[in-house]
Amino acid sequence: MNPELRFTDVVAQARPQKRKDDIRNFEYSYRAEITSIYPLTDKETLYRIQIVDPDERRRFSFVPGQFIMLEMPGIDEAPFSISSSASIRGEVELCIRSVGNLTNFLPRVRRGTHVGIRGPFGTGFPMQQMHGQNVLLIAGGLGLVPLRSPIAYVLENRSHFRDVNIVYGTKSPAQLLFTYQYEMWRKDDIDMDIIVEKADQSWKGPVGLITDPLKDILSGRDTEFYYNTYAIVCGPPVMFKFVCNMLNEFHIPMQKMFVSLERRMHCGMGKCCRCNVGSTYTCLTGPVFDYWTVMNLKEAI
Amino acid sequence: MIFRVFEKEELKQLFDILSDHNRVVAPVEAGRDGSGRPVYAFSDVREFNDIRLNHTVTKLPAKRYFLPFKEDLATFTIENDNWHKSIAYNIEQPFILFGLHPCDINALNKLDKVLLHSVYPMPYYAAKRKNMFIIGFDCIPQPYCFCRSMGADTALHGFDMFITDLGARYFVEILTDTAYNFLRHIRTEEPGEDDHILYMKVVAERNEKFTAHVDTTDLAKILDMEFQSDVWKYWGDRCLACGTCANVCPTCYCYGVEETVDIDLKGARKTKMLYSCNVMDFAEVAGGHNFRPERHTRLKYRYYHKHRGFVEAFEESLCVGCGRCGESCLADITVPEVIASVRGSGRNE
Ligand SMILES: Cc1cc2nc3c(=O)[nH]c(=O)nc-3n(C[C@H](O)[C@H](O)[C@H](O)COP(=O)(O)OP(=O)(O)OC[C@H]3O[C@@H](n4cnc5c(N)ncnc54)[C@H](O)[C@@H]3O)c2cc1C
Ligand code: SF4
Ligand code: SF4
Ligand code: FES
Repeated sequence: MNPELRFTDVVAQARPQKRKDDIRNFEYSYRAEITSIYPLTDKETLYRIQIVDPDERRRFSFVPGQFIMLEMPGIDEAPFSISSSASIRGEVELCIRSVGNLTNFLPRVRRGTHVGIRGPFGTGFPMQQMHGQNVLLIAGGLGLVPLRSPIAYVLENRSHFRDVNIVYGTKSPAQLLFTYQYEMWRKDDIDMDIIVEKADQSWKGPVGLITDPLKDILSGRDTEFYYNTYAIVCGPPVMFKFVCNMLNEFHIPMQKMFVSLERRMHCGMGKCCRCNVGSTYTCLTGPVFDYWTVMNLKEAI
Repeated sequence: MIFRVFEKEELKQLFDILSDHNRVVAPVEAGRDGSGRPVYAFSDVREFNDIRLNHTVTKLPAKRYFLPFKEDLATFTIENDNWHKSIAYNIEQPFILFGLHPCDINALNKLDKVLLHSVYPMPYYAAKRKNMFIIGFDCIPQPYCFCRSMGADTALHGFDMFITDLGARYFVEILTDTAYNFLRHIRTEEPGEDDHILYMKVVAERNEKFTAHVDTTDLAKILDMEFQSDVWKYWGDRCLACGTCANVCPTCYCYGVEETVDIDLKGARKTKMLYSCNVMDFAEVAGGHNFRPERHTRLKYRYYHKHRGFVEAFEESLCVGCGRCGESCLADITVPEVIASVRGSGRNE
């Protein structure tokens, strides 16, 4: 009967049922390789990132709308939306705007650099629920980045959807992202409207706010259309507020409108509290919320 | 639950045996405040006589033993372009917390809910929590204690043994077999009917001593209704956004993470630092947008998280009523006053 306490090894004790309950996962990151670096504009770069271990690659899957935490040892770790098809396992595309520590460092690294990724985290867009329905994919600015994953889903499952519209707006033509993909999307019978707030010499398309083309799409349809339409809206809060208000005027059900919220994040796992909106964790209950929920969140918009 | 009673001099014996073999952390007198009253703090202890079992609420909670202000989540070795990540949970040996009050034990129980028993359990906390042997000790309510309003004035679990001073003897509740075995090193006896009566008398007398109260009836709903209320501006204007309240709070766990490269460039580390939601940049994102730029929105958020959000998730609030935040606040902002004012009966009315 020695009065000495014995050490408890919490890792050895763990009997996790699910990934989210596994205590060993908290800080575990997949080692991943940046396989390609593709500058899109002067501020945004597209990175293709592949998990190195083949087993881990097979196990890594996500749903459109989820995000990962990307870590560059010694520099920073930050959340990024996955901007690629969920049917490709173990590989993600991230489109990153340079704004701070990590995001300014990344464009300077070489192809082949190893990074850490944790996740996937958060909620996604309920793509399967949208089968048999019309879909409006509406993006402002960098909002096209998270939208590319649902767009990929729609393309891969085009026959499951009725009318599909992409509406995309930026401040200026130079800020348009993924310009090389628009033709391909259109060929798959997706209507695409692009609008900029301020034209330059080369711009021949429409000028105005994103709600302009949206209004044209929605006007003159019947109740049957409105009721059977889902909308995914990604962009800055002011933008999705105006867009959702318009969708609401046309009586698209609020529970069929989805937005993705952005907040400061340091963990992605409901622990650091930096992402809280009112008392809701954006990283757990979001980032994807239906608009009804957003309306009921204190301090969301 | 098993109960025992023992003579007061046995406690030193128990401490000596335990401290011979284990690290012990206990409340000590750290100094005196401006009015000459003792200031208490948790500290490593080797001598029984250094412990102050009659201590009032410590200035800082025992939080740093399970949520250190600063700790490395991971370290990296870097060689050319390659790196290797090592993860350690920053505890090597179990230890004893000797003399934790009910509010502080309840604070741990609340933290357990979010840090151990929710999705993504946090191993850094778990490793320390599971390697902590807790000896609880009863207390005398102070003018700022409102733990009774928060249902945190007695601890039902989350400790190994809990000692109550019956005047002539100690009464102990035993929750774990480790505690039971430890107590075999000293002389204890089965409490008799008179001990039970004495215990109930002591508890009743203690209950009489609470003077601070918070009305928590329907509070979660009221906070939602009063979200736009001007009382928040009143408190926000006074708040210095210094973050002290979160620092001294036994239940505040928010944090930030930072990565740094070692000076020799051969390593890097990822460091977690406790943070406070009252501090200016808590919700600021790269590019400068701040989701809570005004002080009152941040102060409100702190109350909202504690008295509404946590209640929604776990059916109890994230405040044990220890009164530390109010005692430490230079702007004199106390939980009972803030909540009373939100309920419409405060001093700003
Ligand atoms: C769910 C989600 C998805 C995102 N997707 C994208 C994306 O696809 N493309 C993109 O360019 N950006 C995206 N962001 C924003 C991106 O996370 C920030 O640009 C990034 O954190 C900035 O990090 P930094 O080290 O360069 O900046 P610093 O200012 O040095 O940031 C320090 C730390 O603060 C936190 N932080 C700062 N800004 C933000 C922010 N806006 N959001 C969250 N945490 C922040 C991070 O933890 C970061 O590590 C997303 C944010 C969220 C929450
Ligand atoms: S301790 Fe007081 S002044 Fe400082 S942040 Fe908290 S409420 Fe504000
Ligand atoms: S909020 Fe204040 S009274 Fe409540 S537990 Fe924290 S420090 Fe104690
Ligand atoms: S990002 Fe840490 S709690 Fe949501």
